[in-house]
Amino acid sequence: MSARIAAQVAALLGAGAVEREPHGVPRAVPDSTEALARLCALASAEGWTLRTSGRASWLPADAPADLAVSTRGLDRILAVSPDDLVATVEAGVTMDALRRRLAEERMWLALDPPGRGERTIGSVVATATAGALRHGFGPVRDHVLGCTTISSDGRAITSGGRVVKNVAGYDLTRLQAGGFGAFGIIATLHLRLRAVPEHDVTWLLRGDRDTLTRAARDLGATADAAAAVELLSPAVAGEPEWVLALRFTGLRVAVEAETARLAAMAGGWHELAAPRAAPLWTLAALAPLGAPVTLRLGVLADGLDELLDLVVARLGEGLLTAGAASGAVRWAGEATAEQVRELRGACAAREVPLTLERAPWPLRQQLGHFGAYREGIQHLTKGIRRVFDPQGLLQVAMEAPRG
Amino acid sequence: MIGPSALDALAGIVGPRWVRHRPAELATFAMDGLPTRESAPGAVVLPGTRQEVVEVVRLLHRLGLPFVARGAGTGLSGGAVAEPGTVMLTLTRLNRVLRVDAAARRAVVEPGVVNARLTEAVAPLGLHYAPDPSSQTACTVGGNVAENAGGPHCLKYGVTTNHVTELEVVLPDGSVTRLGSPQGEPWGPDLVGLFVGSEGMFGVALEITVRLVPVPPAIRTLLADFGSVRAASEAVSAVIASGIVPAALEMMDQACVLAVEDSIYAAGYPRDAEAVLLVEVDGSAAQAEAEAAAVGAILERHGARAVRVAADPALRARLWQGRKKAFGAMGRLAPDLAVQDAVVPRSALPDILDRIAEIRQRYGLVISNVFHAGDGNLHPNISFDRRDADQAARVHDASHEIMATCVAAGGSISGEHGVGTDKLEYMELVFDEPSLTAMCDVRQVFDPDGRANPGKVVPVRSCREWHAAPGARERVA
Repeated sequence: MSARIAAQVAALLGAGAVEREPHGVPRAVPDSTEALARLCALASAEGWTLRTSGRASWLPADAPADLAVSTRGLDRILAVSPDDLVATVEAGVTMDALRRRLAEERMWLALDPPGRGERTIGSVVATATAGALRHGFGPVRDHVLGCTTISSDGRAITSGGRVVKNVAGYDLTRLQAGGFGAFGIIATLHLRLRAVPEHDVTWLLRGDRDTLTRAARDLGATADAAAAVELLSPAVAGEPEWVLALRFTGLRVAVEAETARLAAMAGGWHELAAPRAAPLWTLAALAPLGAPVTLRLGVLADGLDELLDLVVARLGEGLLTAGAASGAVRWAGEATAEQVRELRGACAAREVPLTLERAPWPLRQQLGHFGAYREGIQHLTKGIRRVFDPQGLLQVAMEAPRG
Repeated sequence: MIGPSALDALAGIVGPRWVRHRPAELATFAMDGLPTRESAPGAVVLPGTRQEVVEVVRLLHRLGLPFVARGAGTGLSGGAVAEPGTVMLTLTRLNRVLRVDAAARRAVVEPGVVNARLTEAVAPLGLHYAPDPSSQTACTVGGNVAENAGGPHCLKYGVTTNHVTELEVVLPDGSVTRLGSPQGEPWGPDLVGLFVGSEGMFGVALEITVRLVPVPPAIRTLLADFGSVRAASEAVSAVIASGIVPAALEMMDQACVLAVEDSIYAAGYPRDAEAVLLVEVDGSAAQAEAEAAAVGAILERHGARAVRVAADPALRARLWQGRKKAFGAMGRLAPDLAVQDAVVPRSALPDILDRIAEIRQRYGLVISNVFHAGDGNLHPNISFDRRDADQAARVHDASHEIMATCVAAGGSISGEHGVGTDKLEYMELVFDEPSLTAMCDVRQVFDPDGRANPGKVVPVRSCREWHAAPGARERVA
């Protein structure tokens, strides 16, 4: 079967676009949106199940499928406009390549997702994995202006556009940010950019967790002015204590005024020397890769202490980061399906969603990225999936199996 | 028309006082803010509670009747206009701010809460609701959700979709569900993001949880005037490219300035300016001061004849009143005003404004530009008299040409007003058949019968809409 599939894909896209994974599943690597669309049309006609990945450096490429599809061949930065602060890129462009290209034009994408720089932008969007900068610049969905997605039967579906404000048609782009690839395969993206700030500094406070969450609450307007207000567990920060890290970006005068206020606060705030700031944030981004399971939770900031207590009590401290003002929590570590299920139940009772961001397939299959939906959501989600994947070919475990 | 038994059933839910069906009563609801589309609904029902809304929607589902949800009716795309066989569900009585959590910076409101009333309610807590459409003293938060409304300060703070974290909605079949979470992390795929801006075609919002934003400690408002529209629009591009994100960056051309200055909203804009920019920066005192200085320097470098900084709140309020009431001021120019809405890449502004001037001249129309320049969100407003068929035809043709020009420049047909009925014909300029079909199919997941606000957003030929369904009209009687 797999040899036949490989041969058919080779006939369609060329022999160079087909690889074989170690355990024998053929992998197609289309190099254009059109090639991806033709591939999906063929898969649909043949009824092949599909597993999508970028470079498989974040979510393991381990879902069972007839054919693996890698978007890493879609690696062109199609347009960059410094005057408009917008870029159009293919989904397989890596974060490193994008950052380098934007830096040449004095721009940046204000996203610091977990994982390595080789992660593709498509992976970041599909999993909606933001980092500490979500505090100042919003979640992943706020950075995506539009996209083209290929349905599992090969239709190219566009939504949004490359302007920063747009209400033409339903906002299907929002489905793709955090849809885990269940609503088709993202092929191209229009991204909102920012000019590189004049000044960019990081300040730290060390201590026990309770002290730091209290300190975060005392920040007042300083927190509003920050680009990041992130709590890092000792294992993430590589330090003996918890760390509260603040990042400020903007005009030098404005940043210096904010940090002067911080310096005047009690508790021992201090600036992290510039050569050490970037490595700290890189460390925070890489930390989840040190464990097989990553969870994402969202709580109102005034419930953060209680939620962190709950997570730590159920799963241990693990590799934990939390937006001290935004209430966005990421935990990475080892966990069984039963542990996650129990935590999810406890969180649901507090109106806190728990998303399984990253785990081996058996766990994803048992738990689903989103678990059991609230009442009324499942039929909507299933219906929308059918729009983009009529035959159910895309191997994505969105929800937990019933019963 | 809506039959007597249906009217009785509606009255049984909300009380006879809150069901309108006489022609004179219905005429009030025959238009929204779009002057070119008029159609009275078959009946209007005004529920007073969440439960009444749910019961009305369930009744309409049982009867197979289409409905249009409406807030204050200030929309500018004909999105809240209903056919005679349709029931209008007016939500203005659901006007309570249900909860405010200052520590968490959230408010839960009913859909009929007026946008500006929400900000007034939370102002004593040092907070505000950031999306601020020009109609904010009248428009409702529910309507803002339906249209994904914007406003001048959305340049920095984002549009409605960036401020809604959770929704309780009743779907067209009468089932009630919650989307999103109080914090904003989706509970599954981002169905809040999908629902916001769906123009009332996915269901009706019953409760809306919004993010509140602190009132900035310091605000600086700059007024710059220019000798040419091109110079002003090039200054806009320069500000954006500088990396500073102003809270607002608005432009008015001379036609607009004169309309404002001749009205009771006169703001002291220089009458001889070909264009003025209203720029606001905010944040800490140091940030506002630094950004105001930097923006002022950019504006002067790009040809501003003068840059004035509003020194006190009264002057700032006056400058903003002129901008926000500009549409009203244009009422002096002609009986009708077609408020257009399109978006272009910001670098395209200078050329697009030249093109609009050329179109204005060619069609012999009065067009005033007042718009969110920082977002590239244009509002070319055409003053006309719809009783003059020739003039109305020229307005239509000029509008189409403006839209096509904006799309050709890489833009879009609407930045904040929605598609409604007004822009249906332009959707195919932006989206191809598979994309439009996918939109229809997603809509059908929420509303398989196509009864919620039928005939809007996606061209009917792409969708099986209610009024295209065989036998649908007969069921109404």
